[in-house]
Amino acid sequence: MEGGAAVRQFILQRLGYSIITLWLLTVIVFTIVRCTGDPALLMSDYPGIRPEDLAALRTQWGLDEPYITQYGRFISNVVRGEFGKSFQFNMSVRDIYFKRLPNSLQLGVAGFLISMVIGIPLGIMSAVRVNTWWDSVGKLVALLGLSIPGFFVALVLILIFGVSLGWLPVLGKGQQFWEPRFLIMPAFALGWYFAGSMLRLTRSSMLEVLGSEFVKLARFKGTPEWVVIAKHAFRNAMLPVLTLAGLQLVLMINVAVVVEVIFSWPGVGRLLMEGLLSRDFPVVQGVVLMAGAMIVMVNLLVDILYAYVDPRIRLAR
Amino acid sequence: MLTQESVRIAAPVQRVKASRKVLGFLRDAPLLPFIIIMAVVLAAIFADVLALHDPEVSVKDAVGRPVKSYLPPFWMKGGSFLTPLGTDFHSRDILSRLLYGARVSLLVGVIGTLVAGALGTTLGIVAGYLGGWYDQVIMRITDAWMALPSLIFAIFLASVLKPSLWNIIVILALVFWSQYARIIRAQVLSLRERQFVQLAEVSGASTLRVVRRHILPNVLNTVMVLFSLTVGVAIIIESSLSFLGVGVPPPKPAWGLMMSEGRGPLIAGKWWLSVFPGLCIMLLVLATNLLGDWLRVRLDPQLRHQ
Repeated sequence: MEGGAAVRQFILQRLGYSIITLWLLTVIVFTIVRCTGDPALLMSDYPGIRPEDLAALRTQWGLDEPYITQYGRFISNVVRGEFGKSFQFNMSVRDIYFKRLPNSLQLGVAGFLISMVIGIPLGIMSAVRVNTWWDSVGKLVALLGLSIPGFFVALVLILIFGVSLGWLPVLGKGQQFWEPRFLIMPAFALGWYFAGSMLRLTRSSMLEVLGSEFVKLARFKGTPEWVVIAKHAFRNAMLPVLTLAGLQLVLMINVAVVVEVIFSWPGVGRLLMEGLLSRDFPVVQGVVLMAGAMIVMVNLLVDILYAYVDPRIRLAR
Repeated sequence: MLTQESVRIAAPVQRVKASRKVLGFLRDAPLLPFIIIMAVVLAAIFADVLALHDPEVSVKDAVGRPVKSYLPPFWMKGGSFLTPLGTDFHSRDILSRLLYGARVSLLVGVIGTLVAGALGTTLGIVAGYLGGWYDQVIMRITDAWMALPSLIFAIFLASVLKPSLWNIIVILALVFWSQYARIIRAQVLSLRERQFVQLAEVSGASTLRVVRRHILPNVLNTVMVLFSLTVGVAIIIESSLSFLGVGVPPPKPAWGLMMSEGRGPLIAGKWWLSVFPGLCIMLLVLATNLLGDWLRVRLDPQLRHQ
């Protein structure tokens, strides 16, 4: 009972913080946009926009009203999920965002799987054979993962598999929703960066569990080494890895901008760039707010999950 | 008089010790990243001397006509030593552009991270040392700030600022301060409870003096480690922005921009336009990461076993 109340209090507190964070996020975005003076001028470079369109925009955003009223209007729109209308696509930002989101999800999940396939086995090998040749390979992969920008990986992949060998298409997503031929290269370029951090996390988590008392006990009892690794260590080490993996999945969906641009992948990242390059400001603002909201919510989810799974967090409070 | 004499004698001894300390510190720095960073720094400083051509205009041959665009590097058929690493679509010399590009990457990455560090450290110290409402407000803003992935935030800022070298520095500073603020605050919180800080407070030292003499020197190691670890990310973000066409505006040579200009030719097999700048970014970031890891272990004994 006592524990249940503590968990509830913890969750309520986290929920409160998340709401404050989301609210501050809208304040930050609003302030940065207003800092430029006249936000309607951000649209003035938009090809074919007329002065009366700008005037309409100013009334729509209420730019002649005091800031506090403007903000009230802004936040009531945001809460209702209304980010305005895209000039470029002539439809609401929300509609176009949710049309693009499945593509980003597909790419994000594929890149995520690739980062797990590279990162987790190598991380385990590095931890089990710590300070050996395997460990050095793991360290090298982790370092390269963090140091090679995704767009360089993407260009090298295009050069090798798209241009020299001609095996894979270099642009687009294909006619169907699910066409692996188009998916492989962007997913690898995206997954590459995260493989490094996945590897580091798996390694440190495995090392911690392998040094714990119950693993020592299992070894004393004469349990075969592979059973110790697979059953005792691996299962317990995967908890932090998987929760952080959840966070990374959301990050990957949102930070794939460069990869999506290189491969002309029609996801939300490319939507952001299309909005930015054509001065379609409502699109930019919508994508940014959605990214922030998604990450805040996943952070909250991870906190809650941890509170349920790991009682030490509850006691630590 | 006597004390002044002894001070005068003591001072140089101190200086020798300090310089020997710095030398000893650098002696066991890892060699490879050190060499790479020195090379990039030298390229950036002496770009004017080292570059064979003007990086922003096309290369002219002996007669004064522009050389061909898309010339390959010298070891390939059709390449020449006039343009050792080939030319781009404006027949500009890629090697010269790379050298000047080092200047852009270093300048933007280092200054941006320094400003972010100064801002974040100040806010972290204010939040951690003063506590109370200062802490609540600063930390909630930091949380919200960190909710946005750095690349998305940088792109968002780029959409409201005009693209220029200095604005990219502003963007990097605005994106990266929050990481410093959070970590420095946590450290100041624990420092505040330590006896030497409390003794200073009890003996009547002003807040400013405690912060300057006791807090700041003790967080500087962390700041340095954070600096070395974020400068690589900052360079990647800068080159991503340039790559996406919202960073350093052309014709200024930036590595990210050069890569993006080479995208079209790459499909046609002209790899040297984007592979060379890509290698430069990779090596520089690799070196800063290696140096950052080393510095972290060197400056923080508690981390040595992780």
